[in-house]
Amino acid sequence: MANKTILSASDVHLFYGQKEALKGVSLDCYENEITALIGPSGCGKSTFLRTLNRMNDLIPNVTITGNILLDGKNIYAPNTDTVELRKQVGMVFQQPNPFPFSIYDNVTFGLKIAGITDRAVLDEAVETSLKAAAVWDDVKDKLNESALALSGGQQQRVCIARVIAVKPDIILMDEPTSALDPISSSKVENMMMELKQDYTIITVTHNMQQASRISDRTAFFLNGELIEVDETKKIFLDPKNKQTEDYISGKFG
Amino acid sequence: MKMRTAFEEELSNLHVRFSEMGMMVNESILKSVSAFVNHDKKLAQEVIEADKMINKRETDLEKTSFELIALQQPVTSDLRMIVTVLKASSDLERMGDHAVSIAKATIEVKGNERIPEAEELIAQMGDHAKQIVEDVLNAYVKEDSEKAEQIAKEDDVIDDFARRISDLCIIKMKENTETIVGGTSYMLVASYLERVGDYATNICEWIVYLKSGHVVELN
Repeated sequence: MANKTILSASDVHLFYGQKEALKGVSLDCYENEITALIGPSGCGKSTFLRTLNRMNDLIPNVTITGNILLDGKNIYAPNTDTVELRKQVGMVFQQPNPFPFSIYDNVTFGLKIAGITDRAVLDEAVETSLKAAAVWDDVKDKLNESALALSGGQQQRVCIARVIAVKPDIILMDEPTSALDPISSSKVENMMMELKQDYTIITVTHNMQQASRISDRTAFFLNGELIEVDETKKIFLDPKNKQTEDYISGKFG
Repeated sequence: MKMRTAFEEELSNLHVRFSEMGMMVNESILKSVSAFVNHDKKLAQEVIEADKMINKRETDLEKTSFELIALQQPVTSDLRMIVTVLKASSDLERMGDHAVSIAKATIEVKGNERIPEAEELIAQMGDHAKQIVEDVLNAYVKEDSEKAEQIAKEDDVIDDFARRISDLCIIKMKENTETIVGGTSYMLVASYLERVGDYATNICEWIVYLKSGHVVELN
């Protein structure tokens, strides 16, 4: 493995009240790679994704144990600034969730919160981020129009641009294309392939073909456990675990 | 669309590496025949060595094809392209094996009484086989199924050479028993080249499939 480990989770347990949703997950993610998390509904893959930028903190009654190291630092250490963390580890959701204001203001939202007001800096960030998210050509003439007026696929790419604008290290994506039509999905997939040159992407997907097409590594979750993780090629051609094989060949249950 | 391009790039890579394999095989055929008719053991040894590369390339193409099928789920012409490479590369590999057999015959036949006329015919037959393989590779690159069908007909010429060589050798062996060891080799080499022609015809069938989606039987 040539790339450097950027994120390392070890023995992560997560409880929703009494219910153990993650049963000791250990997973390394590498720089400039796309890691795909797959598995049936309720297997814990989204829960795990959310632990990576502490989104689960917002849910009452959640207990998390184990370590998640980002660049060697434990993100669950008591002195962690979660705002800073979420800047470093951005998240894109299943449903596009643009704010109800202009495309420009959507993309610059994070930067303005960080206190940046220089118009030239903001303009530059808007253009670079929208280009990186492969939506610049679609929206460049209507930056001041509402982001809500865009199509679902365009909204999703604007949301991705919003994440990119704050220059994160890692972009988490929770089923980023499941609410999109095939053409928009393939645009988002293309964009992800381009984005990995500069970012590390961890994505949850129900679409096995998507995982096989775009990811470098695939992790298979089942009942809160990480069953198998390996290079995507290996997982799709010759997985070690029978449960992995059954799931990806659609023989499950 | 970019994603398509990434996949297309891999496909075209596959394409190029298959064509390269074809050229490697063609060179082996050419060299093996030349080694045989010129009694060149050194060249024969080269052919035997080169076959390892050819076999490795076949395995390589298979591996890439399996990966593309598993990871990209290709359909229609993309799928046909991969299937064609898979099937045709094993035909090429078999051709390479025949070149090795010819090379080995070179080494074995050395020191026995010769039949110069048979060697002359084998040289001509070898040129013909080489030309056919070259044409097949061209037709593959251009996905020219009409040309492929034409080439398949050319195989009759190769078959005809094999018959002529066999007839000639039998006559000569009857006349002079000293030529039996050499004569048997000539007949064997002719049949190896004849098989090369058959494999070339197989590839022609795959070119037709690539273009039309129909699995056909040519010649």
